[in-house]
Order: sequence, then structure tokens, then C-alpha cells
Amino acid sequence: MTTHQWKHKDLCALADHTPDELITILDTAKAFKGVGERNLKKVPALRGKTLVNFFIEPSTRTRISFELAAMRLSADVINISASASSLEKGETLLDTARNLEALRADLIVIRHQSAGSARFLADRLNASVINAGDGAHEHPTQGLLDAFTIREKLGYIKGVHVAIVGDILFSRVARSNIQLLTKLGAEVTLVGPSTLVPATFACLGVKLVHSIDEVLEEVDVINLLRIQYERQRKEYFPGLGEYTARFGLTKKRAERIKPECLIMHPGPMNRGIEIDSDVADGRGSVILDQVTNGLAVRMAVLYLCSGGAPFAPVTPSATDSLS
Amino acid sequence: MNASLHIKGGRIIDPANGIDRIGDLFVRDGIIVDSLPKNEKGERGAEVIDATGKVVSPGLIDIHVHFREPGQSHKETIATGARCAAAGGFTTVVCMPNTSPVADSPATIAWIQERAASTACVNVFCTGAITKGLAGEEMAPIGALAAAGVVALTDDGRCVQNHGVMRRAVEYARHYGLPVMDHCQETTLSADGVMNEGEWSTRLGLPGWPSLAEDLIVARNILLAEETGHPIHCQHISSARSVRLLREARQRGVPITAEACPHHIALTDGELKNFDTNFKMNPPLRTQADIDEIIAGISDGTITILASDHAPHATYEKEVEFDRAPFGILGLETELALFLEILLHQRKALTLPQILGMLTVNPAKFLRLDRGTLSTGAPADITILDPDHAWTVDKNESSSLSRNTPFHGHSLRGRALTTIVGGKVVWDLESGFRS
Repeated sequence: MTTHQWKHKDLCALADHTPDELITILDTAKAFKGVGERNLKKVPALRGKTLVNFFIEPSTRTRISFELAAMRLSADVINISASASSLEKGETLLDTARNLEALRADLIVIRHQSAGSARFLADRLNASVINAGDGAHEHPTQGLLDAFTIREKLGYIKGVHVAIVGDILFSRVARSNIQLLTKLGAEVTLVGPSTLVPATFACLGVKLVHSIDEVLEEVDVINLLRIQYERQRKEYFPGLGEYTARFGLTKKRAERIKPECLIMHPGPMNRGIEIDSDVADGRGSVILDQVTNGLAVRMAVLYLCSGGAPFAPVTPSATDSLS
Repeated sequence: MNASLHIKGGRIIDPANGIDRIGDLFVRDGIIVDSLPKNEKGERGAEVIDATGKVVSPGLIDIHVHFREPGQSHKETIATGARCAAAGGFTTVVCMPNTSPVADSPATIAWIQERAASTACVNVFCTGAITKGLAGEEMAPIGALAAAGVVALTDDGRCVQNHGVMRRAVEYARHYGLPVMDHCQETTLSADGVMNEGEWSTRLGLPGWPSLAEDLIVARNILLAEETGHPIHCQHISSARSVRLLREARQRGVPITAEACPHHIALTDGELKNFDTNFKMNPPLRTQADIDEIIAGISDGTITILASDHAPHATYEKEVEFDRAPFGILGLETELALFLEILLHQRKALTLPQILGMLTVNPAKFLRLDRGTLSTGAPADITILDPDHAWTVDKNESSSLSRNTPFHGHSLRGRALTTIVGGKVVWDLESGFRS
């Protein structure tokens, strides 16, 4: 049994990593998930390390999840928001980050509204940079926790048919999911209005469908994305009512999906818009499991990027773990 | 310094006169002459430049540069921009009006002209804005700008969105014989776009600037040029469909012209994969299909002028998040080499005389400059170059105040060796600038 080595100081985009590396993270996360199930939910893996949660864009669950993940690894954690930083005074992102590094931050978790911002810092800092969402580019730990959840619930990823529904164009979650799932052998179908699922996405090796009704019966996972109506100009679709009528996972539509189909959502949910409340809380919903698994995945990422040795795969080999 | 020059034994290429021969070229008092008086020949008289094995061309002309003065002299000054031009083999440049203040008044034009006269080592001509403050709403004082000596009008950096304003400006400019140049970008379509809309914007999650936004304005300009009968020049063409629109219009005799920049035929949008802001420019880098069509357009005469869109930005301004970085790259010092490398060596799309024609006589004719030729009696603006000279771009050797080039480390073939302005050597590769 061999364990793939993790040689990266940063995690900026899942597009940068090989299937073996991605499996390494998932395997390591599986080992870390046990930590959260103990009475004493803490290990010393990052004792003496300092993590800065540098959230330029607002976030609740991701920031808290990273914070808790770091604490469970015994790291010291500092949280910084844009309004509480010198960015408000006109300081550049790079200068602010360099100051954090000068204070001996070992890990910087960044969320930023600009695509590429994590890579921008990672290329210029010695500290490990973890992307917690950069514009519409990627949200790697969300992609990992989604894959982790699918693997945990269904037992495999290779061959699973995943529908990602909604605002694909502006979604970093979708891009990370597409990268990871296609690399691990899943079949991915993007569903949404043609304005939010433009034809260029076909270059990512996915199928494009412009009606949710076309895929309901055949998919193993439905991942519903939040309609970011506040970020979109109105030309992308006529209105929320029409969106729900065409693409919402209503209770009636949910009756048509396979019994074992997983219903996922990265949150925060717009109940009654992309998903009916009954469906969000009903059978097949793994939305809260995703939150729990996010903690394990982020522990694994922080641990590996700090130079921690990957844990031996729980499954016999990386290849077997795909199927 | 000698008032006379004797350039010996070079391959003289003068596209304006259809000349391509080995021979000597003589200069006296800043003018090209047929021969020198006997007492000025030899080493005691004229300065002798041995051009054996080299090419002697009319001084290169770039009709699209940004020198940042007035207002942003931390990026570039007219003096440093001119040195970039000289080091790139350019003897004449045409400055864009998006300075601060905008070059939309005779006073600003006069300031630039005085600054150029006192500090620039090459000829610097000005364009004036089409609209006040480049706002696209009210015409700039076009008659006064013409009287002040601008050679064309453009809102470059921006595009006049209001078709009515553009139509009236073109009609009005016609009266003064001023060509109109346009940065073709329909802004409701390009919106917040920071790179080409396509596969790579999809992968990177960056807002796309579709080529459709350029095509639409190119089509608008074709119609306006046809309607008014007045020349409109489409700047820095980046898309295949724009080239096809221009080709068809030119075949019909519409007075529409276009230029291409080196980066738009050297690089695709895939270069942005690491979010390097040195690849961020407007219009953006596009696809290989666009490159192929632009080169086809250069080959078949659809595009008649080559230019750099030299756009310096300070390092600290570029070293920010991708969507916050300004558009633009340095161009003058790598322009000739890139055109030679791609059009002559790699693609064999044009002959050397054809390429030099697009950098000399074509821009001179378009803007009615009394340059771009080695005719007897013409101003002695001369570039001596070696189309095979192999070199590696080093941004730290640039004469610019900025360093924003995506070509740092690129190996290229072709380089200017000596730049002569008004009969005086202002720069040569071996000894540098002669201040």
C-alpha cells in the first residue's frame, strides 16, 4: 500500500491537482473526521502554528469551519475581515498579506471577490495560502467536501452521475466540483438557463442541459446552487418565479428522483427558490452532512499544506477508492 | 556631431518607392540626399556607418502609443517613452489623448508638443480627443485641435458609445481633414470583462469581454465611414470576425482602415491561466482562430498598419488582484522583433519589405506625415536593423519607467541596431543613447 505524497504548500484550485493528490486529501480527511467524533476533539498536529482567516468577502460557514478546523489541529487562529483591515485605508492586498506574513503567520486562508486572488498571494508569500473562495473561480474545500460526502454516502465517485443546478456561470463551487468530480471519473451534467450555463462550459468535459426535468430520473446526486440574484444583473433570467418554475427542485419534482439520490446544497439556501423547504429537510438531503464533512476536509487541507504526512488511505489503494 | 551621414553597403528597403537594393545612403543637414560633396566624403567628413549585411529602412512609425504625460509621469514620461521608441527602432510616434488632463484642448496639445520638442529624442505627434474628457457625450473642440496640430482624433482607451455623437464627430472631423481612430468596444457587451470571453474565462471564472463587443463597433464604424465618406481607423483589432467585416467593407471601397498589435498575434487567452496581470490588455488576448484571421488580414491587405499600443503601468499598479489591475503592456521595444518573429520567420506571411511598409509608409500616408520614406529630400529618419538578430527580452533593460511586459524572457529574432532621427544617430544597440 502506498500513499501519494502531498508536496504543495498551497491549495488554490483543484484544477491544479492530480487525481492522486485529490484522493490523498479525501483519504486524509476521512482519518480526521474521527477526531470530531471523539469527546476530546483536538489533535496537536498544528500546535505552534498560526493561521490567519483573511476574509475580504463576507462568509459565515466557511470562515467558522476553517477556524474550527484549525483549532481542532491546535493552531492559533486570527480572523480578519476587510472592514477591520487596512484594506479599508487603501492598502493593497499584497501589502496587507505581507504584513500578516511578517507577523509569522504560517497559513493564510483567503476569501476574496477577485478570481485568482489566492494564486496571486500564493505566488508571492512563503506562508501557505488556502483558497476559501476567489470570485467565480474556485472554492476548493467546498468541492472536496462535496466529493467527500458523495464518496461517504454512495461509497464511490467513479461513474456517479452528478447534476449541478443553477447559477453555474458565477459559481466557484460549480467550477471546483466540475474539476474534482470529472478528474475522479464522475459524470457531470450542468443544469440551468442557457445564460447561466453557457456553451463554453462544455470545454470542461461536462454535459449541458437547460431543463431540470431532463435529468431528474437519471442522476445520483443533485447539487443545487444558490441563485445569487443580488450579484446578477437582471438580463440573465426573467425573474425568481420563472427560475423556480423551470429549475427549482420542488416537492413534486423530488418525487421523480431515484430513491438513493443525494440532494446537496453548499448553502446558504434560498428556501422556496432553488429548493423547496420540504426537500431541503427531507429524505436524501445531505446538506448538513456537507457542513460536518467540511470540517474534516479543511483539517486535512491545513494539515497537508503545513507539511503533514498524508495518512494511509483507508481504502486499499487510490485507484480502488475511485470505484 | 557631423551634419552628414554616409550609410554604407546596406540593404536599402524603401517601400514607399518600391526600392530594395544594396547600396549607400547619404544624409546632409537632416535631409536625405543623393550624394555628399566630395569634401564631405571619407572619414574626415561625414560620419560613416557600415551597414553591410544589415537593412536600412525608413524610420519606423508607431501611430498608437501612450506616454502618460501629462498626469501619470510615474508610469512614463514623453522623454522615457521616446527613448523606448528609439531603442525599438521607431523614429516617429503618435500619442494617445487619454492623459490627465485629457488631450481635448489646444492648451494641453501645446503642452505636450513643447514637452516633446524639449525632451523627446524621436518625433512625437499628438492625437486629440473626439469627445470632451473622453466622456463620449460632447464633441471636443475639433477645429481648435486641428489648428493646434493634432494628426487624428480618438477617444482611445474608451469608445464613443453614442452613435449619434460619433456620427456628428466624424462629419465634423471631415471638414478639418482629420482622420478618426476608434477603440472598438461596445461597453454593454464587454461590461466588466477583463479577458476574452471563452474557454479560459470559463475556466478561470473571470468576467469575459466578448469579441462581439468589438465586432459590433467595427460594423458601426464601417457604416459611419461609408455614410460620411470619411476615414475611420479601427485600432488594435483583436477578433477574427472584425477582420472579416473589415475585409468585406474594404473590398467595397469603404474608407475604413485597421491596425494590429504584436500581442494580439503572439499570445492567446490561455496565457492568463496563472492570472498574470502582464497579460491583461484591452482589447484582450483572444484565441488561435482570432490570431490566424488577423494574420490573414495582415497578409491580404485588410489590415494595413502595425502598431504597439505601448501602455506602461507601474509595477505596484499591476501587482494587484487580476480584475483590479489596469489594462495594457509595454510595446515599443519588442514590437519590431515580434512582428518579424511571427510574420516573417514563423508564419512567412509577409516579406520584409511588406512588413516595413506597414511600419513606415502606410502609417505615414494614413496620417499625412511627411515621413516614412527614404526619398531624396525627405527628413532623414532612418532605422538600421537586422531581421535575424537573435536576442532575449529582458524587462530590466527597458528604457521605460515601467516593467509591464509579458515577453520578459522570450527569445526573438530581429532587432533595430541604429535609430537615426533628423539625420542624427539617437541610439544604437552597441553604445546606447546619444543624448
